[in-house]
Order: sequence, then C-alpha cells, then structure tokens
Amino acid sequence: MKKLSRLRRHRFASPIALFFALFLVGTTFSVASATTKPAQSAFARSAAVDEGRQIFLKGCSSCHGLNAEGGAIAPSLIGVGAASVDFQVGTGRMPMQDMSVQAMRKKPVYNEEQTAALAAYVASLAPGPAIPDAANINYERDGNTAQGGELFRTNCAMCHNFAGQGGALTQGKYAPTLMGVEPKYILEALATGPQSMPVFSDKVITPAEKLSIIKWIKAAEAEPNLGGASLGRVGPVTEGLLVWTLGLGLLIGVAVWLASKAR
Amino acid sequence: MTARERIAGTVANYVDERTGAAKWLKKNLTKVFPDHWSFMLGEIALYSFVILLLSGTFLTFWFDPSQKEVIYNGSYQPLSGLKMSAAYESTLHISFDVRGGLLMRQIHHWAALIFLAAIVVHLLRVYFTGAFRKPREFNWILGVGLLTLGIVEGFLGYSLPDDLLSGTGIRIAEAIIQALPVVGSYLAYFAFGGAFPGEAFIPRIYTVHILLLPGIFLALITVHLMLVWYQKHTQYPGPGRTEKNVVGYPLMPVYMAKAGGFFFIVFGITAFLGAVASINPIWLYGPYTPGQISAGSQPDWYMGWLDGLVRMAPPLETHAFGHTISWNILIPGLIIPGIMFTGLALYPFIESWITGDKREHHLLDRPRNVPNRTALGVMALTFTLIGLINGGNDIIATHFHLTINQIMWFSRIGIIVLPPIAFVITKRICLSLQRADRELVLHGRETGRLIRLPHGEFVEVHEPLNQEQMWKLTQHEQTPALALPETDNAGVRRPKSITSKLRARMSRAATEQVAKPTSDDIKAIEHH
Amino acid sequence: MSTEIAPVEDPGLPAHIHRKADHDPVAEKKAERQVAILFALSALGTVLMIYSYIFIPGDKFIFLPIMGNTNASQLFLGIGMAASLFFIGMGAIQWARTLMPDNEVIAQRHEMRSSDEDRADFVDTVKERAGTAGLGRRPLIKRSLGLALGLVGLSPVLLLRDLGPLPKMELSQTSWRAGTRLVTDPGDRPIKPSDLEVGAVAQVLPELAKGQERTLADIGKDAVLLIRIRPQDFQLSPEKLSWTHEGIIAFSKICSHMGCAIALYEQQTKHLLCPCHQSTFDVTRGAKVIFGPAARPLPQLALSLDAEGYLVARQPFAEPVGPSFWERSS
Repeated sequence: MKKLSRLRRHRFASPIALFFALFLVGTTFSVASATTKPAQSAFARSAAVDEGRQIFLKGCSSCHGLNAEGGAIAPSLIGVGAASVDFQVGTGRMPMQDMSVQAMRKKPVYNEEQTAALAAYVASLAPGPAIPDAANINYERDGNTAQGGELFRTNCAMCHNFAGQGGALTQGKYAPTLMGVEPKYILEALATGPQSMPVFSDKVITPAEKLSIIKWIKAAEAEPNLGGASLGRVGPVTEGLLVWTLGLGLLIGVAVWLASKAR
Repeated sequence: MTARERIAGTVANYVDERTGAAKWLKKNLTKVFPDHWSFMLGEIALYSFVILLLSGTFLTFWFDPSQKEVIYNGSYQPLSGLKMSAAYESTLHISFDVRGGLLMRQIHHWAALIFLAAIVVHLLRVYFTGAFRKPREFNWILGVGLLTLGIVEGFLGYSLPDDLLSGTGIRIAEAIIQALPVVGSYLAYFAFGGAFPGEAFIPRIYTVHILLLPGIFLALITVHLMLVWYQKHTQYPGPGRTEKNVVGYPLMPVYMAKAGGFFFIVFGITAFLGAVASINPIWLYGPYTPGQISAGSQPDWYMGWLDGLVRMAPPLETHAFGHTISWNILIPGLIIPGIMFTGLALYPFIESWITGDKREHHLLDRPRNVPNRTALGVMALTFTLIGLINGGNDIIATHFHLTINQIMWFSRIGIIVLPPIAFVITKRICLSLQRADRELVLHGRETGRLIRLPHGEFVEVHEPLNQEQMWKLTQHEQTPALALPETDNAGVRRPKSITSKLRARMSRAATEQVAKPTSDDIKAIEHH
Repeated sequence: MSTEIAPVEDPGLPAHIHRKADHDPVAEKKAERQVAILFALSALGTVLMIYSYIFIPGDKFIFLPIMGNTNASQLFLGIGMAASLFFIGMGAIQWARTLMPDNEVIAQRHEMRSSDEDRADFVDTVKERAGTAGLGRRPLIKRSLGLALGLVGLSPVLLLRDLGPLPKMELSQTSWRAGTRLVTDPGDRPIKPSDLEVGAVAQVLPELAKGQERTLADIGKDAVLLIRIRPQDFQLSPEKLSWTHEGIIAFSKICSHMGCAIALYEQQTKHLLCPCHQSTFDVTRGAKVIFGPAARPLPQLALSLDAEGYLVARQPFAEPVGPSFWERSS
C-alpha cells in the first residue's frame, strides 16, 4: 500500500491520469457517435459521395445537421445543389470562422478534391444547381460589355455598388466586392443566391446575359483609374474626406508658411 | 529719366487724364493688411471661385445640357450602343476625347469642394474670433448668403452630367419639392416641365448654374470684399495693436505678392488634385434611369449633413382630410436647415442683444475669452458633424465593420445628446484656459528647472512673461452681465417681461469667465 | 469681477527683427536664387504641360503606387499645369517673405460713423428734397404708385406659368392596367411563375404596346420588383394575400420615401433596403416599414396569370406610387 501511495504522489501522476481520462472519453465518444447511421438516399453512391459524406460529418454536420437537414443556426442543404457547395467552400466562406451575421470570404479550408467530394455528396441529397463548366465560361467571346453594364446596374449595383466594390446591407451584413472573383463563382452565386443574395434564375437573366455581366465586371476590374487615384470607387464620401485632409491641409500649410517670418 | 520711366509716365498720364486714378491708387496702394494665416481662408474661397469660373467656362465649350436621348457611339467601349442623354454623352466626350477635358472636369469639381470647405473654415474663423461684430454684421450676412448659394450651386453643378448618382440626387430634390404642402406637386411639375425626370430640368439648372448664380456670386463677393476693404480688416490682439489702428503690411508690394502668389498656390494645388485624384467617374456610374440605384449613394460632402439628417428622421407623416404632410422630409430637409441658416445669419444681432454691446470692434477675440460663443459654435459643429457622419453611414459600416442600424441609432440619439455635452465641455475648457492664462500672468511660465533652496525645499523656477506676452493675455475686455434697470427713463417701473428676463439670463451665462488679473494682483506678485 | 480694461500697459509694437537677407548680401543673393529657382520650376511645369498635350497619346496608361494604372496624358498634363501655377505662387511668396520689406506698418482707423455735421447735413438734404417730391402730401400718387409697382411685380410670376403642365392626376397613375404583362428589365421578356425559384427576384416593367416607346418618366413610375418566397411565410391580410400568386409578390420599386429605386432584397431576412436613406421594408408583411425614415409601405401590385400562363397585373396600383404629396389621401 505504501508503494501505491507513493505512486499517487509522483509528479507525473496527474498528467498520466489526465491522459487516460481524455483517452477514455475520446474513444467512448467516437464509438458512441459512430453508431448513428445517416438516412438512405435514392441516388447511387459513388466514392466521391462517400468521401464527401465523411468530410461533411466531420466539418459541417455540427451546424448543418447529421443529414444536412439544417437547424436553428444553419439552413438545410437539401436541394442547394453542387454549385452552392462549390461556391461556399471554394471561396472559403464555409466552414464559417465564427457565428457572425455573415460568412466572410477567406482562405479555403478544403482543397479542390475535398470540395468536389462535398459538392457531390450534397448534390446526391436532392437535385439542385450544378457546377458550371469553368472551361466553357467564354465571356470574352459571348458577352457584350455594354449590355452587361446595363444588366449590372439594374440587378447588381444596388447591393454591390456601381463599380462592384460592395455595399452595406442591414444589421452588419454586406454585399462583398466583386473584384477578383472567378467567373465560375459569379455564375454559382447568381444561380444559388448565397446568404442574403437573391437567386437570379436563368429565365430572368439568361445565360448569355450572365456572361455579359461577367464580361462587364472583368472590364471594370481591369479598367485603369483614368483620372488618378480611385479613392475606393465609393463616391463622394472619400472625395470629401480627401478635400478636408489633403486639400485643406496643403492649402492651410502653405498659408501658415506664407504668413511666417523668414529667417 | 530712363526709357522705361518715360513710357510708364505716358501710360500713367493717359489713364489719369481720363479717370483721375492717381489719387485713389495712391491711397489704396499703401493700404495696410494684417498678416495672419487664418486671414487667408477667405482667400482660398475667393480664388477657388475664380478657378471655378475659368474651368467652368472651359467646360461650357463642350458640354451640352440637353436631356434628349442619344445612342452612345464614342470612345468609351463599355457604354457603346447604350441610350443616354446628350448631357451625359457630352460629359463622356469631355472626359475621353477632349485633351485636358477630364483634367478640367476634375479641377472644376475639386475646386467646388474646396470652395465650400474654405467658406466653412473661413466662417468658423470669423465666428470664433468675433469678426462679425459691429460694423461687420452685414458682411456676415453676405457670407452666410454666399454659403447657402454655394451649396445650391454645387448641387446643381454635379447634377449636370446626368449620371446615376447625380440623377438620384435630383430625384430626392424633386421629392422635397413634391412634399411641400398645397403647392408641392405644382412646383415640381413646373420645375421639371412635367413628370420626373422629364427633359426640361437639366437645361434649366444649367442656366441657373452658369449664368444666374455666378452673376449673383460676383455681385455678392464684390460687395463682401468692398466692405472688407472699406472697413479695413480686423486684426488679432497683440502689442501695439489697438481698436483704432491696423498693423500689417502695405498692399504694394508685400500684400500683392503674397495674396497674388497665394492665388497661384490655390490654383496649383487644385490642379494637382485634378491630376492625381479621380473624382466623379461618371462613366462607371452609367447614365441615369429611375429604375437603377447604386449602393452607397451620397451627395457631395456639403450636402452630406442634410442627407444624414434625412436618414435619421423618424418616419412621421400625417394624413388628414384627404391630404398628406411628410414631416419626415420637411423637418430634416427644410425646417431644420432653415432654422440653422436663419440663426446663423442673425447671430451677430442675437449676440449683441445678449451682451448689450453696441460698440465697434476691430480687435479679434481669443476664443477662450468668450466661452459661451465658442461653446455654442462647437455645439453647432457637433450637430452638423453627426449629420455628416450619418450621411455616410453605409460606407462607414462596410469599412469599419459596424452596422448601418447601429450608426443610425447612434446618430438619432447622439444628435440630441452630444451637442449639449459638447457645449458644456467646451465652455469648461475655455474657462480652464482662462485660468491657465491668469496663472501664467501672475506666476510666469513653468520652466521645468528645479532648484533646491537652502532649507531643503524644492521649487520650480518660473520665468515671468515679458510685457508683450502679458499684454496679449490681459488685453481682453471682461464686461459684466447686463443689469437691466429697474425703472426706465420716465421713472416707470419696468415690468420684468420674458424677453428681458431671458436676456438677463443669457447675459449672465455669456459673461461667465475667469477674472483676469488686476494691476493690483500683478503689482503684488512683482513684489515677491 | 474686474472691469479694469488694462492691468498691463500696451508695450507697443515689438522691435523689428531683421532677416538674414536684410543685412547680409550673401543671404540676399541666396534668397534671390531661391526665388529664381522657384520661377524656373514653374517654367518647367509649363514645358511638361505643353509636351504632354502634344506628344502623349490619350490611350497610354502608366502604373504608379497608390494611383494604380492611370492615364498618362491626363496625369502629366495635370502635374505640368499644377507645377506651372504652384511655383509662381511659391516664388512670389518667397520673394515677399525674404526680400520685400517686412517692417510692420501702422495705419490709423477712422470711426465708421460719419461726423455729426455730415449726418445733420444728410438729414436736412433728404428731408428737403423728399419734401419737394411730396410723396407724403400726395396720397393719391402714393397709392397709385403702390398699385402700379405691385402689379408689375406679378408679371414674372405670370410669365413662368408655362414652365410646366398641371399635374392633374398624373402623380396617381402608372401604365399598369388589368392584364398588363410583367416583362424583364432589361430584355422585355414575359415571365411565368416557373421562371422564379423561391428566393429569386426579378426587375420588371409593364409590357409595351406595339410601337410604343418607354420614357424615363414611365420607368420612374412603372418599375416593379418581383419576389418569390414560400407562400406560408406571408403575413398578409386576405385581400393582399389574394394579390400574390404562389408565393410571388410584386411591389412598386419606387421608394415611398423619396423615390430612389428599391431593388436591394435580402433573401434570408426577406427585407428590402433602400440605399438612399436606409429605409427597410419587410416583404412578408407587405413591404411594411421596419426601419428608417419611410412612412408608408411600398404599394403592392395585384398579380394573376393570363391565358398563356404569364404573370400579369390584375388591376392598376391601388394607390399612388413613389414619394408622398399633398393631394395623397393615405
């Protein structure tokens, strides 16, 4: 008994006990949780779908539900289609960093293969918008810049600003900038209506019109700042700020020098 | 006599024989102007006006104000084939096809923003130093008039290109006109020649913008400057400066060189902004149509505070007897600005009523010595600034990760709560500064050097101010509060009317100050 | 509270401090050179401006930090112009500061008030000459003059009457009639309910009759926003609910506050946001205002289907669209 008592007071006793406790809890949990079976789907399973399901369970199910049915904090993914997943996961918006009002674009967590697997899994749940073929988005050939601009200003500028710089929505949500966004993601966003963005169906804005919009966005992106520094392309707010800082600053600075006594 | 002197003499003789110019030139070339950088703020505005005239005239050689629909066929490809007004098309032409056109457009717009900013800082300088007091009240009113007209002129100017942003601004202006009780819909239809947007509005505001208002400006600015010339400029207090003199430099050659040079400086800096900073890229906005709108739509800064007031207004509308009055538009759009500008224009008279001061003043006040006026000015600025901030609430929200709802509530509550707080804080700061001045006069400047006295005490060495510095800190007047007489001239007991009680109250508040040291105080200190 | 004006005596103008260039010829020459260099920089600026105007083509772009890709012609023209002006100013000011006399000069002010004698003369003159005009003694002239001047002042008001037509009922009417098809903006394509998914929006205008042109004034009243949500999400009165079709609801796109286009629809919250003054409208409750300065909900357009299954207006708007006006009864 003395030995046991001595062992208990060893300086490694606590860490070792902790390690065993954690090991026990962890394995029990894994075993217990692994016994829940997901619902059967009518579609055939492929390897990608299975892989996608595994990734989903690990990284997405805690918010979106074990069967992607959604819940209080995340919407259902049944019927959102592969395009939604490709957009959200491909731009890094999902998995969400924190529970804020809006998913921010960030460095993607999953690589291309994993994203494709996730997309395949979600697509297998119910029919939804498919991922557009990136090689076939020929906006340069098939789009009309001027028409795209008109479409953009009627359908997009009220959220994303006249130059695609983004804008404010209510309660801290925002429409992000469209500068530097791949054409594939633009098409997916139009088709799936991510978060606050509405859906723009192909009958309302035809596929040709969508290519024109992309062409205009790319033209705006590439457009040089004709008159000088663009000041953010957000309009009179930054222009007024420049006048009150640099403009008056320089002028008053010279005035102070002007009225000062020379040495 | 050299050849040059002979020629100059002949020219001078020729002119003088016809105009008698030698006499008044001689008098005026030696006129004295006080020299301080804060006296150049009005000049920034004046020179910006000249720049606006010059650059604006350039633009009128190419601009077509017509709202007739045309199909664009010019060099900017992303608008190719689109329908637009001739006004918009001609602005595109100036921006892309006229050499120096975009530069002049940008110089014109930057000059307009600087013009109004300079008027505001000039107004603030005149206000805080009390330069509006007798005999300059009329000049103050002219200045407030120039500010108001300047705001209108700027709005009309940036509405001329008929792009999406400025067209939205015109829509809002039409809504304000339409909201006027009884006559609104008629005035709106008369102004626009029918339904909004129509085809009459831009050609009409073009006339106002290039002819009517510039003409009025020229007249008002001329009278404004003539008054300054005739009444002589005010000066800051200091050694040798009194109410009865002007200390400075003569017009020829010093002031001519400095002021004339400053014109080139203002023009040069404005041109620099026009060269390196993009302003109002109308080709990105697209032509105006009432079915489109951009996120982050604001007017230029000098109207931004009005936009902010409109945004934070409560949704008040009354419907009675088959008629609607939109208080949510009239109060922030017309009534509040009306009260503010009227109060601003009448302020010299309000202040002289409160203080009972009817004397001429040519020496400026140090703002700390008039705590009430300074605090009132800061309060008004705070009010305007909150309006301005709210006018940009969507841009602020996206850039600083706030919500428009938060900023809106901050503004709604802040605009009522913050100005009085600003008043109190400013007044207290002014009084503390007065106290600090008093300490400086009585005890001298703290040098930071410590010496140890023989009995062990450490004291800081104070350097007494020289007489010039002491004069500057004590030359101001401190008038007591108005004591309204109990009986008037005829011996009748004066009834304590509301206005006289109010006046006495405000006079007491206005004269709250830290007593400046008396000569006895100073002599007592000198004996230390 | 001390009323004594001057506890300290006015020491008078401080002694003049000489500048280097006042007494040192070397410093004077240096100041001259400084001024000359500044003027020379201005000349260089003009040369740059002329060069840019003639030789730099309008389609050349140059990359600079902060400014990005910018138009070379516009940039150098502007910098040349700025330099040409700025350095003249700098030169003139430096000349005044360093070389021109900077002794402070004192001039006397005179009281603004005229002398009592002048005032008395003035009053006498006016009284005497006004007396000869006799306006005070001749009420008939006074009154008839008043009448004439008053009436002539009316003529500008009269002449401006033709500035515009009377509004009559125009503010209360749009082009929407019973059976008018909803067509896409732009594109003018009619819409079937199956074209819109739940969460979709469409910008629409009334279909044009053959040969008809659509003016901006028409768009300014007719523009409509079509939104589809799940039918069970509506919280509308039975009448307003009957104006929807399978979850599709149509509102006037012209803000009821000050007339900006409301097209910003937040799909998840089902709120419309007007970017001008941030009025927020709840689609599920018939575009009821939930935030911001707008005082009225957006007018709703009653929808139904025509024989071919396209969405049409069932009737015109039940109230005027756009901002309020005096004659609006609700």
